[in-house]
Amino acid sequence: MLTAILSIAILGILFGLGLGWAARKFHVDSDPVVDQVDAILPQTQCGQCNFPGCRPYAEAIAAGDAPINQCPPGGEAGVKALADLLGLDPMPLNPENGEEKPATVALIDEQTCIGCTLCIQACPVDAILGAPKLMHTVIAAECTGCDLCLPPCPVDCIEMIVRPRQDGTWTWPQPVAATVPGQMRTGVT
Amino acid sequence: MFRRRKDKVELARRAGDRLHRFHGGLRLHHYKKISCEIPVQRAALPPRLYVPLLQHTGREAEATVSEGQHVLKGEQIGCFKQLGSGCVHAPTSGTVSAIVRHPISHPAGEDGRCIVIRPDGLDQWLEQEPLADWQSLDPAALLQCIRNSGIVGLGGAMFPTAYKVQEASERGIHTLVLNGSECEPYISCDEMLMREQPDSIVLGARILQKAVGAERTLIAIEDQMGAVHQALQAAIDRSGTASISIVKVTTIYPEGGEKQLIQVLTGLEVPSGGRPADLGLLCQNVATATAVARAVTEGKPLVERIVTVTGSGVRSPRNLLAAIGTPVSNLVDQCGGYLPGAARLVLGGPMMGYPLASDSNPVTKAANCILVLNEDEIRRPQAEMPCIRCGECARVCPALLLPQQLNRSIRAQKWEETQAGGLRDCIECGCCDFVCPSHIPLVEWFRFGKSRLQELAAEKQRADRARQRFEARESRLARNSLARKQRIAEKKRALRADAGQQEKIAESIERARKRREKTE
Repeated sequence: MLTAILSIAILGILFGLGLGWAARKFHVDSDPVVDQVDAILPQTQCGQCNFPGCRPYAEAIAAGDAPINQCPPGGEAGVKALADLLGLDPMPLNPENGEEKPATVALIDEQTCIGCTLCIQACPVDAILGAPKLMHTVIAAECTGCDLCLPPCPVDCIEMIVRPRQDGTWTWPQPVAATVPGQMRTGVT
Repeated sequence: MFRRRKDKVELARRAGDRLHRFHGGLRLHHYKKISCEIPVQRAALPPRLYVPLLQHTGREAEATVSEGQHVLKGEQIGCFKQLGSGCVHAPTSGTVSAIVRHPISHPAGEDGRCIVIRPDGLDQWLEQEPLADWQSLDPAALLQCIRNSGIVGLGGAMFPTAYKVQEASERGIHTLVLNGSECEPYISCDEMLMREQPDSIVLGARILQKAVGAERTLIAIEDQMGAVHQALQAAIDRSGTASISIVKVTTIYPEGGEKQLIQVLTGLEVPSGGRPADLGLLCQNVATATAVARAVTEGKPLVERIVTVTGSGVRSPRNLLAAIGTPVSNLVDQCGGYLPGAARLVLGGPMMGYPLASDSNPVTKAANCILVLNEDEIRRPQAEMPCIRCGECARVCPALLLPQQLNRSIRAQKWEETQAGGLRDCIECGCCDFVCPSHIPLVEWFRFGKSRLQELAAEKQRADRARQRFEARESRLARNSLARKQRIAEKKRALRADAGQQEKIAESIERARKRREKTE
């Protein structure tokens, strides 16, 4: 009886020490949940979620302070991914934060631009190039389509256009199920 | 199974010693004879040639000619100026009548910029500058010549050959494999090429072998190509090269796929996401070798190719040597035109080809076959049914995937699962589609899934970049505001330290106090 108790106790102490050592040795500094949430968020940095950027929203979600349905650029798919990650029920997007739209980029009408630099200051990813009293332009490849440059523009020369497809890329459409026998096939095989 | 690269390369040296098998595959009807009866004929020039600027993987080249300009055959008409690659050449002499958007033969069925050439009927070559004595040149010069000649993989991938060879040679290649095992039914352009121009193929093999620094060359042909074997063997004997040999592989579709062919020859798998160069091999199509031979020894860029025009919807199937940019309708006309009941035009073979929207599409460097199918052949025998999990698709998959699982995860939009299932290793050979008793268009789903995966990866990259830029900006702003605070604090300190200034401040406070007292 005593041997059994002793051996279990010794084993317990050994495992306890081992786990304690491992916890120190393999300690992870940052909160991995925040990083995982941040990785799902689309990084538009648009602030539609009422947080000043994707990272702060990710921190709020991880802390349980914000619901997961406040990111319109991430869309329903984003909400679903967050729900999967956090073990929550997926919910519809909160319409107060905006609605899901196709990806856009800003386009400055360079004839109208007066060079006020206000949009440059508003851009969260430094995607607008220009200098005071000189024309500004958007680096389309870096623009996240956050709309934040629109309100400060005093001459309304910025327009959001649907993001042009990258050169040389194209996609296959989603197949449609053939429901009728004898229907012509879309593919070849 | 888990061998190091070095060991695998050593094993791969024995390529072709004995034949191996790859998983799955199908024995299909060949339908090749119908287009092999007549020798290859040169197709007559059409009134207008539409030469697409996108004839390689990647982005469209830039036009280097302008409207109204007269060009000679072989003159460069499009190129990437910075890279000097993706070159397109005039297929005949004539006038550039326009540069327009025109349907190009592209799986997405999209338009692309085409240079329209009105032939002058003289077919006059630009003065050619063949490389004198290529045997004494170093590989870099050969590669330069291949690049300038606009040669791309003619098996259908359109990957720039010079780039592929260069990349492979940097990794060290011991064996060059020339792929003449054209496994898809109906297509016979490579077979005809090997029968009629074996010398040119052997010459191309020698040049490529030198360019990539390989020790030997294997020409892989199908076991049913008897005439080809004789012709090639005679050509090898004529050239007196001991380092080239022919291997006959068993005809099982898709043994002509690059990875499958390598598995047949070596018994080794090209690793997922890897290249044949991982095994010390380089694979090139036989037609590409001919193009290389012509470019190096005759100075002629790639401006024409052999196209098989065949199928049950065309009157007299045959192989035609067509100028790049010839509209498909012209080629069909020269084969006696369509038969009644012709219902679909396919570019490529029946397994991997894709339908063309119209016969005004031009022939590109990758157009190996124009297949005209009739109505009965493209009708679904029955409606699509749910998957019954019979596993037939997994049994025939040459990439050892589980098509039924992939199909499920793509439909459920489970992209991580799809990726883990190895969707990107799918070669879209269509075997699973062919055997599916529920008539599920599996390959269509896989193509869609691949597109989505690519989009998601691009999206992820964008997001990572945006995150980086956002964080960089945040830290810059924080730095700036800290610097500003420090500047102000320093100024205050300086003021406090200066006795004269302190006096002035005291005086002005005093004045203000007096003024306040006065008003009170």
